[in-house]
Amino acid sequence: MQTSPEQPPGFPVFRRFFDAELETFRSQLILMGETAIQQVRDALQALIENDTALARRVIAADDQLDELEIKIDDEAVRFMNLRAPIASDLRLVIVGMKTSHDLERVGDEATNIAKRAVKLAAEPPLKPYVDIPRMCEIALAMLRDALDCFLQGDEAKAIAVCKRDVEVDKINRQLYRELTSFMIEKPETISRAIELMFISKSLERIADHATNIAEEMIYLDKGKDVRHTEEVKKTAKPDA
Amino acid sequence: MPMSLDEKPVTEPVVTPAAVRAPVVPPIATGTVTERPAGAGVERSEVVFDVRQLSVFYGTNRAIADVTLQIHARSVTAVIGPSGCGKSTFLRTLNRMHELTPGARHTGTILLQGQDLYSPAVDPTIVRRRVGMVFQKSNPFPTMSIADNVLVGLRLNGIRDRALLRQRLEESLHMAALWDEVKDHLGRPGISLSGGQQQRLCIARALAVKPEIVLMDEPCSALDPLATAKIEELIHEIKRDYTVVIVTHNMQQAARVSDRTAFFYLGGLVEYAETRTIFMNPSQPQTEAYVSGRFG
Repeated sequence: MQTSPEQPPGFPVFRRFFDAELETFRSQLILMGETAIQQVRDALQALIENDTALARRVIAADDQLDELEIKIDDEAVRFMNLRAPIASDLRLVIVGMKTSHDLERVGDEATNIAKRAVKLAAEPPLKPYVDIPRMCEIALAMLRDALDCFLQGDEAKAIAVCKRDVEVDKINRQLYRELTSFMIEKPETISRAIELMFISKSLERIADHATNIAEEMIYLDKGKDVRHTEEVKKTAKPDA
Repeated sequence: MPMSLDEKPVTEPVVTPAAVRAPVVPPIATGTVTERPAGAGVERSEVVFDVRQLSVFYGTNRAIADVTLQIHARSVTAVIGPSGCGKSTFLRTLNRMHELTPGARHTGTILLQGQDLYSPAVDPTIVRRRVGMVFQKSNPFPTMSIADNVLVGLRLNGIRDRALLRQRLEESLHMAALWDEVKDHLGRPGISLSGGQQQRLCIARALAVKPEIVLMDEPCSALDPLATAKIEELIHEIKRDYTVVIVTHNMQQAARVSDRTAFFYLGGLVEYAETRTIFMNPSQPQTEAYVSGRFG
């Protein structure tokens, strides 16, 4: 785990008493990331397997993420007040606050998916789940890679996460068109199609949060703000 | 009095009041000031000191090794680094004060407004008038009143015009944020003031002769937070007209008051850049370790 930039040989560096606080801060953030990933995975499993009990557990477990967000924010404010962090320490604290907010939103989207899974479980399936699991796998891989960047500070990987966002957007649009035609042809599918559209939108939002986190990790590592720059712009052409 | 190192007679140059009142603006030989990248993120502006490959030795001990940097006009440059890194020595080379230490010598050049500071034609006394200094410990002349402390430099320069002296006294004490506190008892001894006031008195004394550059060697290290805040305010105020170079151990102070920061370590210049770069995202890992307190 990186807590200090690499020093040239012979340059004396010591461990500060508050390095332990920063390490705790980091591990809270990692815990929050892992919890958010698990929530998304469980929500989707609940949807696909019509498992309403699992869906309800996902909804109940969202409180954990909310609590972690508050804990991380509290610690960040305390640290800034009392330790006057500088350079990469300050970036860690600021990025921690922003990332915890993104992860909390990921958790909210998982809860939304779980709520809709409960509703859909009561009705016959509209169509086999193909696109939604695929979107979910990409979104989860993006979240996982973004978290890896937090551990390893890999700029190329972080940029790759940002660029993958276009894949999720594309499937979301395809699904939207497909579900729209279902609704036009068979009005009795409208309620189910709308639920699926919202689920698709939730997964698309999760991928957006993964992108934000990846950008924050580049800022943390390099002090460079890549948001809205060519570097992270989507390469694949959206087809609609 | 600072000694004159070249063989010129030690008589003070006659300075008329009119000459003193006129701002001392030596010709800036722009042709001789070569532009070079002073460090990442340092924007180009008028260069006051152009230091090139400066090394300073005390006997055989090298205190500064091969330092090249430029100090810019009407801005505050902070010099930071651990004890013994050469920052005070560096500051003292800027007004030729290090020469007063026996056995000190240097290599490399320092150009002050394009002129070689160490050219035999340059009188160090005049250098020290153009480049004033404030020391770590306040050092008012113990036998002098508050007013006499401020005016001693002008009097040594032969100024006798009472109206001018009074005007300078008031101006300087105002600039040093001391006027309101001492205006009713200017005749009291300088050492009757508190530590923070004495330090501001010394700043007023340095400003009274209207130097172009003010060097400050840890001016707040003996002061309480309020006196420190006043001096930081003063630094902020005077940088509109003066160039300030400040050595400080207080990194938050460097971050607060300076426009550019130079980090020295073991006599070498590790990094010199805009203060926001040094404190937010330094390019050298040693700089980051030092400013964030990991160094030791």
